[in-house]
Order: sequence, then C-alpha cells, then structure tokens
Amino acid sequence: MGMTLTEKILARHAGLDTVEPGQIINANVDLVLANELSAAVAIGVMRKIKGAQRVFDRSRIALVEDHFVPAKDAQSASLAKLMKDFAVEQQIEHFFDVGRGGIEHVVLPEEGLVAPGELIVGGDSHTCTYGALGAFATGMGSTDIAAAFVLGEVWLKVPASIKIVYDGEPGRMVYAKDIMLRTVGELGIDGATYRAIEYHGTTVDSLSITGRITMANMAIEAGAKNGIFQADEKTIAFVKERTDRPFIVERPDADAVYERVISIDVGSLEPQIACPHTPDNVHPISEIARDDIPVDQVFIGSCTNGYMEDLRIVAKILEGKRIAPSLRVIVNPGSQKVWMQAAQEGVLTTLAAAGCAVNTPGCGACFGGHMGTLGDGERAISTTNRNYVGRMGSPKAEIYLASPATCAASALTGKITDPRVLELAPV
Amino acid sequence: MESKLRGRAHKYGKNVDTDVIIPGKYCNIIDPGELGKHALEGIDPEFTSRMNAGDVIVADTNFGCGSSREVAPIAIKGSGAAAVVAKSFARIFYRNALNIGLPIFESTEAVEGIESGDEIELEPATGIIRNITKGTEFHSAEFPPFMRSLIDAGGLVPYVEERLAQSASK
Ligand code: SF4
Repeated sequence: MGMTLTEKILARHAGLDTVEPGQIINANVDLVLANELSAAVAIGVMRKIKGAQRVFDRSRIALVEDHFVPAKDAQSASLAKLMKDFAVEQQIEHFFDVGRGGIEHVVLPEEGLVAPGELIVGGDSHTCTYGALGAFATGMGSTDIAAAFVLGEVWLKVPASIKIVYDGEPGRMVYAKDIMLRTVGELGIDGATYRAIEYHGTTVDSLSITGRITMANMAIEAGAKNGIFQADEKTIAFVKERTDRPFIVERPDADAVYERVISIDVGSLEPQIACPHTPDNVHPISEIARDDIPVDQVFIGSCTNGYMEDLRIVAKILEGKRIAPSLRVIVNPGSQKVWMQAAQEGVLTTLAAAGCAVNTPGCGACFGGHMGTLGDGERAISTTNRNYVGRMGSPKAEIYLASPATCAASALTGKITDPRVLELAPV
Repeated sequence: MESKLRGRAHKYGKNVDTDVIIPGKYCNIIDPGELGKHALEGIDPEFTSRMNAGDVIVADTNFGCGSSREVAPIAIKGSGAAAVVAKSFARIFYRNALNIGLPIFESTEAVEGIESGDEIELEPATGIIRNITKGTEFHSAEFPPFMRSLIDAGGLVPYVEERLAQSASK
C-alpha cells in the first residue's frame, strides 16, 4: 500500500519502512523550535527531568524571541531573559533576539533552518507553516517540547491525510490567503483535526513560496496536525539559496491512501473574508462588503502575511494615498530581513506616508499581546490567521480575516471593502 | 491521581478555544495559580468567582482549539477545576492535558446528559462519568494503550526520565 507525503517522512524519521494512520511512532526530529512563551514553560519542565542536563543537539534547536518583544512589561522581559539565559547556557546555535530575528515562522525558512523531508516540532501551533517547504512540521505544547529538547525525538500518532486539489487560475485580487480562507471555510475549524492536509493541483504548483507558506500556516485553523506541499524546483532553489545542508525530497506514492479528496476550483473564487468569531466563518467579500462595515483598526503582519510580497501589495494599493481618517493601520513586518528589504525598496516610507504605524518585527497585535491591542467594541480587519473572541485584545472586539489586498483596500475606505473595486492594475 | 473526582458542572458550547481559555495578554504568566485566576475569562469572566475547587468543565466538540499554549490546560488546572469532559478535544490541547496531568474525558452522551450545576463524579482510571444529580452513568472513550501508559507513568516527564536512563545504561 502506498504512502502519503506525511507518512513517507514519518516512516523515515521513525526508522521504519512503512507507517499507517493511527500508528504511534517514535520519530527523530531535525529541529525543535520554541518562542519565549513556550520556552519559558519548557525550560521549567526540562529542569525537572532527572538526568537531563543538556539539550540533545545545540545546532538543532531554534529559539526565537517574538511574542512580547520588545518586552511589553517586566514580566515579559523576564520570560525573554529566561530563554536567552538558557540559550547561552546550552550554547544554542540558533537563538534570535529582537532586532536579529522576527516572527519564528518567518525567520526559520528565511534562515535556511527548514528543508524538504525534514521533521520539525515547535512550541507554537503555527509550526505547521514549514509544510510549505515539504517538511513535516507540527505544533506542540511545552512539555512535549521539553522532551524533544532532551531526547531529540517525539512520539507521534501518524495522521490520516486529506488531499486537497486546487485547480484554476486565481482571478484579480485573489491570493493564497483567499484560497486558504476558503479551504478553512470548507473544512471547518475541526474538519481536519488529527489529520494531515496535503496540498495538490495546478494552482498551488504555480504559487510562490510565500503563497504556500500562507496556506500551510493556516492548516491548524482547520485543526490539522500538519499541512504539506510537495517540494518542487522553486522549493529546492529557495532552500539551496539559504543552506548547503543535504536534504531528501520525498514524494507521495501514486497509490497513497487518502481519507478524503477535496477539489477546490480557484478560478471561480472571489476574495474571501472570515467574519467573527471563527476562522471558518468564511464568505465571499462581495457579500460582506455590501454592508458597509466600518473598521477601527487594520493590521498587516503575522506569520501568515507578514512577508515582502504582502507588504508590496499593501504599498502598491496605498501608494500616494492617505488611509481613512476614521481608522488606524498597524504594520508589523514579519522579520528583520523583511523590514530591511521593505526599507530598501521604499515600501516602509510609502506605508508611513499613507499614515500607517510601522512596528518592529514580531507578533505584536496578532494575538492581542501588545502594540495594537483592540478595545471594547472595536472592529479590526487583519491579515492574521485567527479571529477568536479576544484574540487581539478585548473579548468585546470583532476581527475579520482577509488578504493584504482586502485589508489595504479597507484601510483606504474606512470600511470592509472588496479590493476589486479599486482602480488598480492587478498586483 | 485521585481515584474519584467530584464537583459541579460548568457547561459551555463547542470550539472553546485557547484564546478564551487564557487570553494572549496573560501568556507571559507561568505561575499556575496566577494563570488560574484568569481561566476561561474570555468566555465566562465570572467562572473563577462562581466555581469551587473540584468543579468540572463540560463542553461540546473541539475543546481547546487554537494555539499550542500549554498555559491553557495549566490555567484550568490552576483554577482548581478537576477535569474537562467534552465531546471531543483539539489535538494539541489533548496532548498538553495528558502531559501535565489534567484529567480529560471524551463522551458525547455524557455531555448531552449533563447540565450546568449538576453534581458530577469522575473516575480517571476507568473513564466512568457519573451524573449524581440525574443518577446517570457514562463511559469516556478509551485512551490508546501508549497514552494510557503515559498517563499511568504520571505524564511525559517520568517517561522521558525512563528513556534517558535506558540510553545511559546502553
Ligand atoms: S504572528 Fe501571530 S500566529 Fe504567528 S506566531 Fe506570532 S502570535 Fe502566533
């Protein structure tokens, strides 16, 4: 019986010829990730493990300060320090402090720490992002991460896979974010729980790496354990530019067994928007934009849409214009490298001139931590991945999720806006 | 783990996510007692003032969806709640709960047969859920053998210690 892409990677890391869904395996990990929040708890757990003095391999752990940086208060500063001290003590090779990193999931691919066929676990649910490069990657809690720090292996239940086939060419102002929102809408927020999503089809073949990152990132929004793309020439070129570490490109077998196969016709898709308060409450933008819904805050950033491609789209829409006086726009470039590139290209100046507040890279407003927290009764449209009650601050706020283009269009008008009404060439 | 848990039910709907279990702004706290003061604040700000130690959270499907924050089950445990009974759990929450020793019970029938305020008795070892108020009894879905052994060992930490001891003696 053939194996899916996920099964192939898991089998190899467990030293087995084959695995099947439901099987519990012990797998070697290529990289373990944590941020200052998950690391703080994981380090505490590791200290309690008898016989655990050192991490299994100091070159296979990545620690990224991103959630509350620059520290919002003394407590956050203590967590950041806790992780930094640990990084120094354990001589962790890949430690990224504020100013040298950014959001973990933006930083790791950018730094060549993710390659096809690898197995990565992270103390953050959006660790599934690395499936964009053909890796098996999944999020876990801190105790699991502590165990992985020490053992360099994890126990995993092999997930059944759902194959999603995307065909058709995206229309004007339709992006990977729209395609993925539609997907989460189709699956539901628990539609892929305990499952792997395997992305296929001509549409995703022609997507950029950033587009694939956006899609893999939101696999967890359907409850999936991981989301994965087959690595192709684009992936290999992207990775080889960043690392000379050898890697193995796995392919799903022709007779792989999928629990479900879903087809999505991208050609007929219009821009999508997830309405409050779940990421699967997804509607075509035209249905929502006709209600003239005013917005208080637009947020551009996060590990879903904080990349150069995203900032360029926003800058192109805002160039030479001013955002609506009734709202504020907050931009968090995903990483220090993205920030620098955006500065060099003049994108940051364009955004600032339009009236946007540009923050330092990090999670910021995405999870209501700081730098753009919503107040009671406020409404935001955001390029992020979650809109649960209280996600960006007050439980009495409302969050809509959309693409950078839809968010930028809304920034200009002050209300939720279909970006296709803008008189712009397609970007 | 205690052989029997007993308390009143606090019932919620489906998709109780980690952002309402412990809002992001509290994720810079690591002390379980402090976290516990904010448990379920996003969905039920009165929860911690209404509940008594030993009470049981009952919920519909997909409990704990969203982020990987281990502080979510830690906050629930820190609040003094004894366990969570739900129709189903989100994947990461399920792992985290087992790892930190928060008892969880999966049963659609039990959730349908329990109302807020009912007196509930739970047996973690056997998965038995009793509604004392209504005089009914339910069974939680069984844990796969590997997870049962993790629970019996007392969570993931003892398991890792055992693995370390094995590799040291090799
Ligand atoms: S940007 Fe948002 S979703 Fe991504 S890691 Fe940070 S808090 Fe999580």
